[in-house]
Amino acid sequence: MIEAVRQAFSLLFPLDSSLTHIILLTLYVSGSAVALAALIGVPAGTWLGLQAAVKVRWLQRIIYTLMGLPPVVGGLFVYMLLSRRGILGPLELLFTPTAMIIAQLLLTLPIVMGLTSVAVRTKGKEAVDTLLSLGAEQRLILWTIVKESRYGILGAIIAGFGRAVAEVGAVIMVGGNIEGQTRVMTTAIVLEVRKGEFAFAMALGIILLLISFAINAGLYRLQAGGRDD
Amino acid sequence: MTNSSIIRISNLSKKYGSKEVLRVTEAAVRRGYITGIIGPSGAGKSTLLRILNMLEPPSKGEVFYYGRKVPAAKADVLALRRKMTMVFQKSVLLEMSVYDNLAYGLRARKLPRAEIEKRVNTILETIGLSGQSKQRANTLSGGEAQRLAFARAVVLQPEILFLDEPTANLDPANVELLERLLVQLNKDCGTTVLVVTHNLFQAQRLAHETIFFYQGELVEAGATEQIFTAPRCQQTDAFVRGRMIY
Repeated sequence: MIEAVRQAFSLLFPLDSSLTHIILLTLYVSGSAVALAALIGVPAGTWLGLQAAVKVRWLQRIIYTLMGLPPVVGGLFVYMLLSRRGILGPLELLFTPTAMIIAQLLLTLPIVMGLTSVAVRTKGKEAVDTLLSLGAEQRLILWTIVKESRYGILGAIIAGFGRAVAEVGAVIMVGGNIEGQTRVMTTAIVLEVRKGEFAFAMALGIILLLISFAINAGLYRLQAGGRDD
Repeated sequence: MTNSSIIRISNLSKKYGSKEVLRVTEAAVRRGYITGIIGPSGAGKSTLLRILNMLEPPSKGEVFYYGRKVPAAKADVLALRRKMTMVFQKSVLLEMSVYDNLAYGLRARKLPRAEIEKRVNTILETIGLSGQSKQRANTLSGGEAQRLAFARAVVLQPEILFLDEPTANLDPANVELLERLLVQLNKDCGTTVLVVTHNLFQAQRLAHETIFFYQGELVEAGATEQIFTAPRCQQTDAFVRGRMIY
C-alpha cells in the first residue's frame, strides 16, 4: 500500500505524459456521458416526476431496473449496435471514445432520470398547485420546479458521474483499451492487474479516487449553493 | 359590495374512483362578499376550493366565472386564473428569499420592476417582515411562514381569493393580523373571498355569507347571521351548536 502511494505521487509529480492522456480521456468520456445524460435525463426525469405516480408506474419501474443495469450487459448491447453487423455498424464507431461515451450514457441516463424524477416528486403536487395558483404559466412552472429540486438533481448528476467514472465493463468492451486511443483509468487499472503490477494498479486507483474527489467536491459546493459547509 | 354573483356552480360533482366526494346542485358566490365555508372534516370543502381555483376539474357539472363558462383557449384560462389565487392549508414556500417569494406571482404577470418593488415593500411592512426580506423563506418560523404565504396571495390584488384554513395552527396575534388584512383587502379592493374554516367564531367574525357542507353535500347557504342564529336545516343547527358528532 505504501509502495502504491509512493508510485501514485511519482506518477503525479511530475505528471507522466501517457498518464495525462489517460486522465484527460477519462474526464472527456465520463464528462461527456454525464453531460448528455443530464441534458436528456433532467427534463425527462422532471416530466416523469410531475406525472401521477399511477400513470407512469411501469415506466418508473423500468427506469429503476435500468439504474442497476450491469455494465457488461450495457456494453454488450452497445457493442452489438456498433459492430459491423449492427444497425449503427456503418458509422464505424466501435473502439473509439464515442462508443465509450454511448455506453456510459446508457448506464448513467437511467440514474440521472430516475433520481431526478424522485427529487421532483418529493417537491410534489403541492408545489405545482402553489405555482399554478400564483398565476405561473406552464414553462415557468417547469423551470421553477427544476430550480426547487436543484439539490436532488445535482445529487442525481453526482451519482451518474460516480457510476460513469468507476465503470469498466462497458468501456473495455466497446473501447478495447487501446493505448493512446481508448485507454481510460479503469481499463488501465485492469491491464496493470493482469500484468501483475499491483502497486502500479493501486497507484492508478488512488489517482482516480483523487480526481473523483475533486470533481465531487466541486459539485457538492454547487449543490450547497456555493457554500462549503 | 354588489349583489351580482362572481361564481356560479351548476350540478357540480366530484368523484375519486367510484366515491363521490362532492355534489352541489346550485350555488353562487356574490361579488365583493366574504363567504365562509364550514362543515366537518371530509365534507368536501377543500375539494370545492380546488375546483373553483381550477386546480382540478369537476367530474360533472360546470362552474361559471363572471357569468361565463371556463374558456377553451389556454391564454384565456391563464388570464382567468390570474384573477384569482389561493392560500393553502399547508403552504409551500419556494426555496428563495422572502422578497422573491412575494415577487414571484407579480413577475409571472410581467409587472414593471418599480411596481413590484412598491407592492412587495408595502406588504412586507404590513406583515412585519420588512427586516427579513433577504432571509430564505424556509428559515422562517411557522407563524411567519403562514403570514408570508398569505401576503404572497394578497400582493397579487386578486379579484377572488380562496383561503383553505388560513389561520390553522396560528397564535391569536397572527390570527388577528391576518383577519385584519383580509377585511382590509375586501373593503379596499373589493376582493371576493371564499374562506374554508373550522373556526366557527372566525366564520362569524369575517363572513357576510356562510355555506355549510356535510358529507360532500351543500346543506345550507345564507347570510352568516341566519346560519348561526336561525338555521333552516337540522344538520346545520347541530353543527353550529357543536352538537354534531362526526
